[in-house]
Amino acid sequence: MKDKLLINKKNYNSRLIVGTGKYKNFLECAKAIKISGAQIVTVAVRRVNIMDKNKPLLMDYLDPKKITYLPNTAGCFNSEEALRTLRLAREIGGWKLVKLEVLGDKKNLYPDMIETLRSTEILTKEGFKVMVYCNDDPLMAKRLENVGAVAIMPLASPIGSGLGILNDINIKIIRKQTKLPLIIDAGLGDATDASKAMQLGCDGVLVNTAIAKAKKPFLMAEAMRLAVISGRKSFLSGRIKKNFIGSASSPKKGII
Amino acid sequence: MINKNKIKIKANGKLLSIENNCSIKILLKKLKIPFKMVAIELNGKIIDKNKVGSIKLKEKDKLEIVHFIGGG
Repeated sequence: MKDKLLINKKNYNSRLIVGTGKYKNFLECAKAIKISGAQIVTVAVRRVNIMDKNKPLLMDYLDPKKITYLPNTAGCFNSEEALRTLRLAREIGGWKLVKLEVLGDKKNLYPDMIETLRSTEILTKEGFKVMVYCNDDPLMAKRLENVGAVAIMPLASPIGSGLGILNDINIKIIRKQTKLPLIIDAGLGDATDASKAMQLGCDGVLVNTAIAKAKKPFLMAEAMRLAVISGRKSFLSGRIKKNFIGSASSPKKGII
Repeated sequence: MINKNKIKIKANGKLLSIENNCSIKILLKKLKIPFKMVAIELNGKIIDKNKVGSIKLKEKDKLEIVHFIGGG
């Protein structure tokens, strides 16, 4: 069965997107990503360390010709910072598919949706294809879609919290109202969370901390890969209805 | 004594003393920064990388050189 993740007219076999932060080193990061099967990875834009010329580079470990780099505005707290970051990202090598993340609160890292909406509109007009980190708010998700977002990426819970999906009803409402790729971003803690996101009908999940900070990142990378596949298949298979009374699996006829 | 052959610029927040008339391309080469893997901002404006050879740095210029690193 051909069941691919379609983002901005490009098909991906994997529905798992993996962040490249928080690993012990680039080697561990690259190995975990390979095991995860991810074909899209998020990356941050930061100053080059001009004093240490021998510092390893991410591109030496993850070839952007083989894996899709998704530049992210992590750490930006207003529209200006986010726009500057993504314009620079585009200049590095023509990246137009980007992930917008404008944070509003330093403690729980919730997005500032006013700044996020404004930035999405500007970036879209500049030709960017914007995947947008947002609250699990159906109204704001609709507004992002209206201004040209190419993917809606609601949080499950605060970034790096591992709390899993806090409001699955809202995720279902967003799923019903949009045909855009819906990708759960932030807060997933384990394979169960990833599988649940897929069973709610999401098109994919983005995971970073849950893999990078697991005691065994490679094992968790594999667990996430399987969970996303499993959750997706379960969603597509059409689960049974929940019932408050039992229903025997064996026929009554022929009981001895 | 002021050396007229040298100018001071800021690159990524660090004060650098470089040759007068130095282009951005030459500076990147000296700093061993792989030109294809970065984006450059000069005094707040993004520079077209194809033009770095022709842009000469001036006293008090502020340069930002960025690249991709690991992030979520």
